[in-house]
Amino acid sequence: MIKKYFMFTFLLCGFMLFAQENVPKNDGVKARNSNYTAFTNAKIHISPSQVIEKGTLLIKDGKVVSTGTSVVIPNNCITVDLSGKSIYPSFIDIYSTFGVAKPSGKPNPSRSPQYDANREGYYWNDHIRPDQNAIDLYKFDSKKATELQKAGFGVVNTHIEDGIIRGTGTLIALNTKGTNANRILAEKSGQYFGTRKSNTSRQSYPTSLMGTMALLRQVNMDADWYAKGNIKEKDRALEAFLKNKNQVQIMEVGNKMNALRFDKVGDQFNTQYVFVGGGDEYENIKDIKATNAKFIIPLNFPDAYDMEDPFLAKSVDLADLREWNQRPSNPKTLTDNNIDFAFSTYKLKETKDLMPNILKAIDAGLSKEKALAALTTIPAQIIGQSNSIGSLKVGAYANFLITSGDLFEKDTKIHQNWVTGIKNEVSPMNLTDIRGNYTFSLGKTNYDLSISGTIEKLKAKVKSDSTSLGSKISFKDDWMNLTFSTLDTTKQEYIRIVSNVLNVETLNGKAYFPNGNEMTFQAKKKATEDEKDEKNGDSKSKKDEEATDAKKLFPVTYPNMAYGFTTLPQQETILFKNVTVWTNEKEGILENTDVLIKNGKISKIGKNINASGATVVNGKGKHLTCGIIDEHAHIATSSVNEAGHNSTAEVTIEDVLNPEDINIYRNLAGGVTSIQILHGSANPIGGRSAIIKLKWGESANNLLYENSPKFIKFALGENVKQSNWGDNAKTRFPQTRMGVEQVYIDYFQRAKEYDALKKSGKPYRKDLEMETLVEIINKERFISCHSYIQSEINMLMKVAEKFDFNINTFTHILEGYKVADKMVKHGVGGSTFSDWWAYKYEVNDAIPFNAAIMHNAGVTVAINSDDGEMSRRLNQEAAKSVKYGDISEEEAWKFVTLNPAKLLHIDDRVGSIKVGKDADIVLWSDNPLSIYAKAERTIIEGVTYFDIERDAQLRKSIKKEKNELTTLMLQAKNKGLKTKPIEKKVKAHFHCDTNF
Amino acid sequence: MKHFKLHIILVALLFASTAIAQQTPAPKQTQAYSIEGATAHLGNGKIIENSLIMFENGKIVFVGSTPMKVARIGEIVDARGKHIYPGFIAPNSTLGLVEIDAVRATKDNDEVGSMNPHIRSIIAYNTESKIVESMRPNGVLMAQITPRGGRISGTSSIVQLDAWNWEDAIIKADDGIHLNWPNPFSRGRWWLGEPATLKANKDYNSQVEELTSYFTESKAYNTGRKTPSHLPFEALQGLIDGTKKLYVHVSNEKGITDAINFSKKNNVKSIVIVGGYEADLVMDLLKQHDVPVLLQRVHSTPNNNDEDYDAPFKLANKLVEAGVLVGLENAGQMERMNTRNLPFLAGTCAAYGLSKEDALSLITLNTAKILGIDDKVGSLEVGKDATFFISEGDALDMRTNKLTNAYIQGREISLESHQTKLYKRYSKKYGNQ
Repeated sequence: MIKKYFMFTFLLCGFMLFAQENVPKNDGVKARNSNYTAFTNAKIHISPSQVIEKGTLLIKDGKVVSTGTSVVIPNNCITVDLSGKSIYPSFIDIYSTFGVAKPSGKPNPSRSPQYDANREGYYWNDHIRPDQNAIDLYKFDSKKATELQKAGFGVVNTHIEDGIIRGTGTLIALNTKGTNANRILAEKSGQYFGTRKSNTSRQSYPTSLMGTMALLRQVNMDADWYAKGNIKEKDRALEAFLKNKNQVQIMEVGNKMNALRFDKVGDQFNTQYVFVGGGDEYENIKDIKATNAKFIIPLNFPDAYDMEDPFLAKSVDLADLREWNQRPSNPKTLTDNNIDFAFSTYKLKETKDLMPNILKAIDAGLSKEKALAALTTIPAQIIGQSNSIGSLKVGAYANFLITSGDLFEKDTKIHQNWVTGIKNEVSPMNLTDIRGNYTFSLGKTNYDLSISGTIEKLKAKVKSDSTSLGSKISFKDDWMNLTFSTLDTTKQEYIRIVSNVLNVETLNGKAYFPNGNEMTFQAKKKATEDEKDEKNGDSKSKKDEEATDAKKLFPVTYPNMAYGFTTLPQQETILFKNVTVWTNEKEGILENTDVLIKNGKISKIGKNINASGATVVNGKGKHLTCGIIDEHAHIATSSVNEAGHNSTAEVTIEDVLNPEDINIYRNLAGGVTSIQILHGSANPIGGRSAIIKLKWGESANNLLYENSPKFIKFALGENVKQSNWGDNAKTRFPQTRMGVEQVYIDYFQRAKEYDALKKSGKPYRKDLEMETLVEIINKERFISCHSYIQSEINMLMKVAEKFDFNINTFTHILEGYKVADKMVKHGVGGSTFSDWWAYKYEVNDAIPFNAAIMHNAGVTVAINSDDGEMSRRLNQEAAKSVKYGDISEEEAWKFVTLNPAKLLHIDDRVGSIKVGKDADIVLWSDNPLSIYAKAERTIIEGVTYFDIERDAQLRKSIKKEKNELTTLMLQAKNKGLKTKPIEKKVKAHFHCDTNF
Repeated sequence: MKHFKLHIILVALLFASTAIAQQTPAPKQTQAYSIEGATAHLGNGKIIENSLIMFENGKIVFVGSTPMKVARIGEIVDARGKHIYPGFIAPNSTLGLVEIDAVRATKDNDEVGSMNPHIRSIIAYNTESKIVESMRPNGVLMAQITPRGGRISGTSSIVQLDAWNWEDAIIKADDGIHLNWPNPFSRGRWWLGEPATLKANKDYNSQVEELTSYFTESKAYNTGRKTPSHLPFEALQGLIDGTKKLYVHVSNEKGITDAINFSKKNNVKSIVIVGGYEADLVMDLLKQHDVPVLLQRVHSTPNNNDEDYDAPFKLANKLVEAGVLVGLENAGQMERMNTRNLPFLAGTCAAYGLSKEDALSLITLNTAKILGIDDKVGSLEVGKDATFFISEGDALDMRTNKLTNAYIQGREISLESHQTKLYKRYSKKYGNQ
């Protein structure tokens, strides 16, 4: 045991080539190796763009000394002849968690939500951890390092993958034979960010993506305030954040939408993040390009689904089928758009999957040069280490691969991976190919030996005359061992042969007989015509196979899913003839009327209009209205509630729009053109809304109204006091309606003081929440308040009056009919459900006559959905007011068009058919209030986003594409490619109380 | 005497303002009626313009047209310009079993345990529910009160919605047993960090096997001496002797196929598919075995992104065209209060392919047939219960669904509710009624 230990130490010392001079040595003499090593006659890729044929690479002390074709080789140099081989810089992975375990365990085991931080002396939120340094948790992981070496990596930038701000990374050379003294290339290298909370804390905030974004903004502002010396107490997190600012900022976003979202946050604080993407960037490449960000891209291209069970297979969405086909082309698309990107092993199931996936990307059109750059120069450049890693320029670390040929060919092998000048064997370099047919004789017996199989796994057949003899062969380090049975089949006896192969034409060695006799062995190779033919035939059929393999790339649509557009629809000039027009203006409902839309606006209304160049639509028997406006929606968003605090005025739905929600399309099919996406009702002061148009296919930014009126969601009642959240949710203030009032008074009072300080010109800490509340007090932002019972409705009006502003809208407002007179006096509108009730205690007195009573009392009334299903039938919900409360059809129609437009302060642009307003219109097959009416065409600003005939075409093409992709996946499975079991993504409809 | 009257008024006011008492059930029909001039939608696909309908002692005694020279009986009601419909039937409903979704104390729809065929919904049915009375102004006059939960939820009963107590309400007691068919998909346990996606349910076969053996055991029990007694097994006997129907709640193609084969194998006399989102994929099988479908809530979004946006709207038409017997049900989120929208589910089916009269059958005669009560209700035909209503217009369209009179077994019922009372009270407050 002791001996072994010594041996090990000895070996270790032998490898410590760069042991420092100040380290005492007691186990021998101080012997420092300062020899050169030269690699000659290799094809050297100094960088992706600089290649030397038959060049020399000279290294010493772990660094590159020179490269070129006429390198002078010093005397004290070991020369390695690499004829026929290639040299590449080793790879770099800059999104790694190498040697850094993710912190685990949440210290607080209680089931009640936790609102305060665990840590003291740091930022108030536990998920902000810029003070973390990967170096403190780092522990070299030999096993993983070897795995990475085999895949071609020489250096990784590792980090603590935990929290929203995760602190600094560390640059590590994967030198399995060295020590940390020479592995750590940079102690603090890059600052990392993520979108998920820390594992170490149960602190609730933020519960949503929009909360995460708001928090990141506030940290930036607070850091600035701290830097100016305005915070008296020590905050180690903010201090670290300020120190890390000069590092590259790497943010894991995981998908294209998040990249666009966080880029906006970065822009606000002059920070350009490097994004760790999701591989879906090609789906929205223009916007991705516009971020100017560099990307780190995972290579986890999806496997085909196993489509054999048709029952299961039909549940897979077209978008998921397409992914399999399209994702490998992502790197090419990024290249075509001049977006710099690095590859990472992040999200790969196994490190060795790296190269097969890169080959897939190359197959899909990525150039080899760019592939190499994504593994070497670009990551080096991102991390600011271009001079020392990523290329073989003079002075750089001697991190390189010796390969059997072109790195990006299927059969190429990495032989050696040199890291900081130290060799790591990956696969034997000079493997002798002993395959072929031989003859040999032992005594008087003649034998035929045929060696076949792959170089790594040989097969041998031994025959004597026509008798086959059972045999086994192994070949390693030029030593061949062959065992075969003797001719006497009655005995189980074997002849063994050992041969040290120096020349494949003649195998020389010794034979050992069962009786212990030994004999000289010599086998001669015979070349046969058959063999050659066979080889040629093989390569031919292989080529054929590859040719038929040429993959069809399915086109990307906008959005890239069912019902997406291959090219976005364009604005048109359209003349509707002889249609029944619901103007919502004093003209009322006009029969047999013409309407011209042009340049995205309503241009003319009247009889016998002519317009050259306009597409004419015969509207006989049909009805034309403005588009439906839903005052209360939760579709087209990735978050609904930030439930981590009782006030979250700092968050905004505008941050988290999701333009790829199929409900946008379905709402268009129901005649809806504009919606307000409201924050949920998890807290008395919720988040800011987004008011959007349902421009299906456009990116998030293009959905928002220009100069959008500003809104915020407030909420009252059971949801904000968490009545139905279970027994664990009893700690957050407020738990009663009494408390709710005090929350408002407290926040508004503080906002008033904040505003006064701000206006005084004195320095003040910029607070996103207060900024929003000040807007409310200053009548620049409007409240839409989730409300049920009369007492609380009355209360909020009184609070607003106290602070001298008005509530704009009560939404839901199911007991509005009880205080309609007070609402009129206050000047607040009501946006209600047509007939919902009985789902909670507070809706006991909700009645379907609510809209009618409020309307009759003079309140501006809208009917809303709060539901992704009902929103596409809002015309019918409006019609219920005709049934419940005898509202006229003309007025009922306004409940879902003009009135919500008024409540949203967009009635100057939409909400009626009036010359000059936006051409947001719907052509109906019938009276729009009738259950028998269908929207046939839905137009926003002159662009037809839904057309019932086009829809029929789309259905057909979706079916066709799905069938094609299904067939391709079945073929893939037959070819033996990996498949994955069917999984169906499910998306719930969001409501007010959806908790994220 | 004056005082006495005042008392009555005071008591009446008290009731009205506190809204404790629900609508008083109407007394037994003593007076015969002849309704003239309305457009009668019979529920069987037929329509009679300018109709004459006469009913006495709770039964319809004449269905014809006004110009016919027959003697009118009782009081003549002039319904010219109006429409008459048979009362709508809401199958697979939890009306009266839960009052307020969020208040646990009001919930009586879901018993513990997995195999509960012996659990009977009828005894928990609350005739005084505020939600029940709010059905009637929309024409929903009958419902199948159905327990929820478990693998076998229990036994349902069919009631009419104007009664003093559950006994009085019964149209058909213990009409069927409700089985929630195993789902071939299972959802990831997201609270354990698994993705919230649906995957093939590995336990599907064993879950089906569990059911099969349960039915086999029950058969063995019921052919024996039945001691010691086994209440759940005993309850299942009705499925074999045909006194109860088996309502299988299942949506997908594979499940429907397996459920039909299961019921045949186990000698279940009569099976009904409830839900049936993919019933259009197994129409031949449904027809071959005469299996009807109570189609899930028409007003829902498609299950998959790729599906036609109107897939749920046009499904009924597809099935009817193929010859499958279809009714509509409304289970799901906020199902009780939403049941009053049953007529509009049928209206949507009419917008997406069906004729209006065929769409009407989906919530009247078809449902009556499926539930096995078409001898009593479901259409305006002589000999059936006088359970119908008069509307000012097309009752399948919310624009025109306005009831003026409604009758259950000949009794003219109140169309008032907790909600109409509040409406009147607050309209008066603002003087705008």
